[in-house]
Amino acid sequence: MLVNEFLLLGAILFCIGVYGVIARKNAVMVLMSIELILNSVNINLLAFDRLHGGSDGNVFALYIIAVAAAEVGVGLAMVLLIYRNRKSISLDELSEMKG
Amino acid sequence: MFASESEAVVQSAGWFLENAWLIPVMPAVAFFLIIFFGRRMPRGGSEFGIASMVGALVVASGAAYQWINRVSAPHEGEGEALRSVGGFGRAVAAETGEAAAEVVHHVEPVIRQWVWWQSGGTEFSIGQHIDGLAVMALLLVAFISTLVQLYSTEYVNGDRRYTHFFASLTLFSAGMLSMVLAPNMVQLILGWEIMGLCSFMLIGHWWEEHANSRAALKAFFTVRVGDMGLLVGTAMLLAIFGTLDIAGINEMAAAGEFESKSLLMWAAVALFIACIGKSGQFPLHTWLPDAMAGPTPVSSLLHSSTMVVAGVFLVARIYPVFHVGFDINMEGQSVNLIAIIGGITVLVAAGLAFVQNDIKKVLAYSTVSQLGYMMMGLGVGAWTAAVFHIFTHAFFKCCLFLASGSIAHTASHHSFDMKKDMGGLWRKMPITFGTWMISTAALCGVPFFSGFFSKDEIIDSAKHNHYTIFYVVGIIGAFMTTAYMTRATYLTFFGKPRGGAAHFMGVESHDSHDAHAADAHGHDAHGDDHDAHGHADDHHGPAHGRPLPFAPSDSPWKLTLPLLILGVLAIASGYLNAPVFHIEKFHEWLHCSIGIEVPEPPVFAWSAAAPGLALVALGFVVSLFLSKAVLGEGSSPLKGLTQRVAPFRWVHTFLVNKYYLDHLYEKVVVRAVAHPIARAAYWVNQNVLDGLVNAVGIGGKRTGLWVYRNIDQRLVDGAVNGSGVTARGAGGALQPVQSGKVSMYGALLFGAAAVGALVLVLVNS
Amino acid sequence: MVLATDIQVAQNIGFGIIAAIMVLCAVAVVAARNVVRAALALVMVMAGAAAQYVLLAAEFVAVTQVLVYIGAVMVLFLFGVMLTRAKLGAEAELNNKNWAWGIPVALVMFVVMAWALVDGFEDTRLGGTVGDAAPQDTAVISDLIFKPYVLPFWALSFVLLAAVIGAIVLARKD
Repeated sequence: MLVNEFLLLGAILFCIGVYGVIARKNAVMVLMSIELILNSVNINLLAFDRLHGGSDGNVFALYIIAVAAAEVGVGLAMVLLIYRNRKSISLDELSEMKG
Repeated sequence: MFASESEAVVQSAGWFLENAWLIPVMPAVAFFLIIFFGRRMPRGGSEFGIASMVGALVVASGAAYQWINRVSAPHEGEGEALRSVGGFGRAVAAETGEAAAEVVHHVEPVIRQWVWWQSGGTEFSIGQHIDGLAVMALLLVAFISTLVQLYSTEYVNGDRRYTHFFASLTLFSAGMLSMVLAPNMVQLILGWEIMGLCSFMLIGHWWEEHANSRAALKAFFTVRVGDMGLLVGTAMLLAIFGTLDIAGINEMAAAGEFESKSLLMWAAVALFIACIGKSGQFPLHTWLPDAMAGPTPVSSLLHSSTMVVAGVFLVARIYPVFHVGFDINMEGQSVNLIAIIGGITVLVAAGLAFVQNDIKKVLAYSTVSQLGYMMMGLGVGAWTAAVFHIFTHAFFKCCLFLASGSIAHTASHHSFDMKKDMGGLWRKMPITFGTWMISTAALCGVPFFSGFFSKDEIIDSAKHNHYTIFYVVGIIGAFMTTAYMTRATYLTFFGKPRGGAAHFMGVESHDSHDAHAADAHGHDAHGDDHDAHGHADDHHGPAHGRPLPFAPSDSPWKLTLPLLILGVLAIASGYLNAPVFHIEKFHEWLHCSIGIEVPEPPVFAWSAAAPGLALVALGFVVSLFLSKAVLGEGSSPLKGLTQRVAPFRWVHTFLVNKYYLDHLYEKVVVRAVAHPIARAAYWVNQNVLDGLVNAVGIGGKRTGLWVYRNIDQRLVDGAVNGSGVTARGAGGALQPVQSGKVSMYGALLFGAAAVGALVLVLVNS
Repeated sequence: MVLATDIQVAQNIGFGIIAAIMVLCAVAVVAARNVVRAALALVMVMAGAAAQYVLLAAEFVAVTQVLVYIGAVMVLFLFGVMLTRAKLGAEAELNNKNWAWGIPVALVMFVVMAWALVDGFEDTRLGGTVGDAAPQDTAVISDLIFKPYVLPFWALSFVLLAAVIGAIVLARKD
C-alpha cells in the first residue's frame, strides 16, 4: 500500500475539520471539528511510523489521544460555563475580543 | 526464583503466615466502605473500621502464634536444607554464653510476591515479607489501632467529620501495615507515603482553627524534606544492588557483595535522613510536638506509638545496609551517625519537655526522646533492645496519651494546659491516674515495669559495645525523663485543682485567676491549643463557674477500657525479654530479622544497671522537691526563680523557644536561601538591566534627536503625512476583520496558513 | 514500477471502503443540521480511524482509540450536548452567517496539501506488507514511554491533572 493513501485521507479529514471550525456556530460542534483534526494528525503519525519502522509514532499518537481527552474535558467545561452565564453557546454572540 | 522458593517455604508455614497479606487488605477495604457507605451506617462508619482492625488483629495474632511455633519447632536438617536453598539472612553461629546453649537455627522469612505492574522487562512486585520483626510490628499496629479506634468512638463522638476521621484512621492502619510487611522498597515507600498523607489529614482534622492547619502543613513539609532522602536512598540501593527486594538487599549488604563502600555509606545517609524526618530525630523533630494539635487518639496512635516509629523500623528492617554503611560495631569505632543523632535527640527533647505547660507537648517531647533511645540503640548495635523498646514504648506511651485525652475529655474542659486546668485529679479519676502512674513508671524505667527491660538494655549495650559516650547520654536521659515526668504528674494529678479541673472536682477556685497571673512566666501561649471539637462549645464560655453536669467520676468505659488494657501491657510486655529473669523470648523470635551478626547482648547484672537506677531515683526526688516548691501551694524561695536569676532565665527562655530551631528554619534558613537570591535578582535588575535599559534609552534618545533634526523634519515629514492618511484608510478598511468573532479568526488563521503553505510549495517546486 | 505481487488487493479494498465511510461521516459531522446526529457521525469517523490504525499495524493505539475516544470522549460530547439543551431535532442556526468562508479556505488547504504529498511521496510504499505484519509489541511501546519519552509523559500527567482540576473549577455551580 502507498503512504499517500493514508496521508491523503488524513489531509481530507483535516480540511473537513478546518471547514467545521470555521463554519460552525455551536461551540460543541466546533469542538467536534477539532477532534476530527486531531484524528487526522494521528493517522498521519501512524502512517509515518509504519513508513520508517520503530514505534515512536505510536507513543506520539497515544500522547495526542491523552491531550485530546484533556482538551475535550476543559473545552466542554468552558462551554458549560458559557452556557450557564449566557443561556447560549453560539460563538457568534461571543465578541468580547472585538477590536 | 521467588515463586518456587516461596512455595517451598509456604508449605511448611501455617495458614496465617501464608496469608498475612490479608492484614493490610482488611483496613484498606474498610477504608473504601467507610468512604462510600460510612455516613449511612448507624455508627457513622466506625463499625467498619473497628471490625477490620479486629480482623487484622486476629490474623496478626495467628501469624504471631505460628511464627513462634515456627521458630521453636525442632529444625534438625530443615534449617540446613533451607539455608542451602539460598536463604536470606545468615545463619547465626552457635552462641556462646549461658542463655543459648543449643545451636540457634536460622528461620526463613515467609516471602510471597505478586507482580504488581511491569514495564517492558522491569517488574514491580507487591506482597509480603513475614519474619519476626514484621510479625511483631503487625501485631503491635493492629492491636493499638483497635484500642484507639474503640477509644475514638467516644472521644470524637458527635464530631462533624466523624466518618472522615475513621476513614483516615483506617487508611493509616492500612498504610502502616502494608509498609511493615513490604517485601521490597517500592511497597515500603507506598505505605510510608500513605502514612504521611493520613498524618496530614488527621493533624488537620479540625482545620477550622488556623493553628491546626498550620501544624498539619508543618508536619507534612518537614517529613517531606526527609522523604526525599528515602527516594534518593532507594534509588541508590537499586544502583548498588540491582534489586529492590529487602531480603536480597540485606543479604548482599551483609555478605559485602557490592562495588563501592562509600556509595553504600551515602545510600545509608540518604535513607537515614528519611528516618530523621519520620521519626522526629534531632534537626527535624520540630514537627512532632506541633502535631499534637490533632485529636488525642491521633496523637496516641500516629504520633507516639506507631507512625513515628516507622523511621526506626526502616533502620531495623534494612539493618545490614546501615550496619555496614556506618561501620557499626567495628573495632575502634566509638561514634556513628545513627548513634549521634539518636543521642542528641534523647537529650535535646528531654530538655524541652521541662518547660511545656501543655500535657500533650510534654508527652510529645518524651516520645521524641524515646525515639532517640531507639535510634541510639540501633546505632550501638543493640538491635534487639531497640526493637524491643519500640514494642514496650508503644504500649506505655499510647496509654499516657490516652490518659491525657481522658483527662481533657472528662475533667478539664478539653484543655491540655497542666498549669491552668489540671491539678488534684487523682482522687476523682482512679483508673486514669492508676494507668498513668504505671505507664510513667514504665517510661522512666523503674525496675519490673516494661520500659526498664528495654531501655536499660539499650543503655547497657552501649557500654558493653564500647560506646561509652552514649552510655552516659543514656543514663542522663533516664534522669531527665524521670524528672520531667515527675513534674508533669505532679502538675496534673496533685496539688490544688485549678481551672477546669476545679469545676470538675466541684471545688470553687476563687484564686484560679490569681494563679494564672502568678505563674504567667513560662507560658508560651499554648493556651489556645485547646482541642475545640464539635461539642466543645457546650463547655466553654458561660459554663465557666458552675459544676459540670456530667461525669461524676472517671471517664466512660470506652475510654477507660483501652487504658486498663494498655496499663496491664505496660507492665506485662516487658516480660517477653527480661534478662533479669533470663527470659529472652523476644530475642529468640526476632533475631533472624537482623540479617547480620551483631554483638551478643550483655549479660544482665544489677551492678551495671545501678548507676542508671540511681539517677532515676535522684531525678524523681529532685523533681518532686522542685515541683512542690515551685508549683505547689505555700511560699518558697524557689518560686519565680527563673525570673529572678539571670542564668536560669536565660536557660528557660532558650528552652521555651525550643532552642530557636524554628527560628533557625523559618528566619535563617529560609532567609539565607531565599533572600540572597532575591537580593541578587534585585541587584541584577537595578544595576545590569536598568543600566542596559538606560544606556539603550540614552543612545536611542541621541539617535532620535539626530534623526529628528536631520531626517524627520526635512525628509520624512512629507512622506509621513501621506502615509498617515493611508494607514487610517487601511485601518478603517481592516476594522471589520477585528470582529471579535472566533470563527472569523479561525478562517483567517487557516486561510493564512494555506496561503503560506502554497507559497512554500511554489518556492520549493 | 509496481510489481503485481506487491499490490495487496484485499487491504486496498478494505482501506477504500473504510476511508469512504470516514470521509462521508466527517462531512456529516460538519454539515449535519442536528447536533446529536453529528456526534454519532463523529463516532463513525473515530471507529474508522481505529480500523485504519489496525491496518497500519498499531493495534495498541487502535484499542486506546476505541477506549478513550469512542468510550469516553464521545460520552463527554453527548453530555455536553445534553447539558446545553441542544434540541434533538434539526436546528436552523448551526452555522455562522459567513460560513461560506470555510469552503475556499478548506479547498485551498486541501489542494496545497495534496499537491505537496503527491509531489513528495509519489508512490512510496509502506515498509513490509501492510495488514498482515506482526503486531506491534506493547512492551516496546511501554519501554519507549518510560525511557526516552518519560519527560513528555510527566508533562502529560500534569496536563491531565490540570485539566481535571480546571474542569471542576470551571463547571462547578458556585
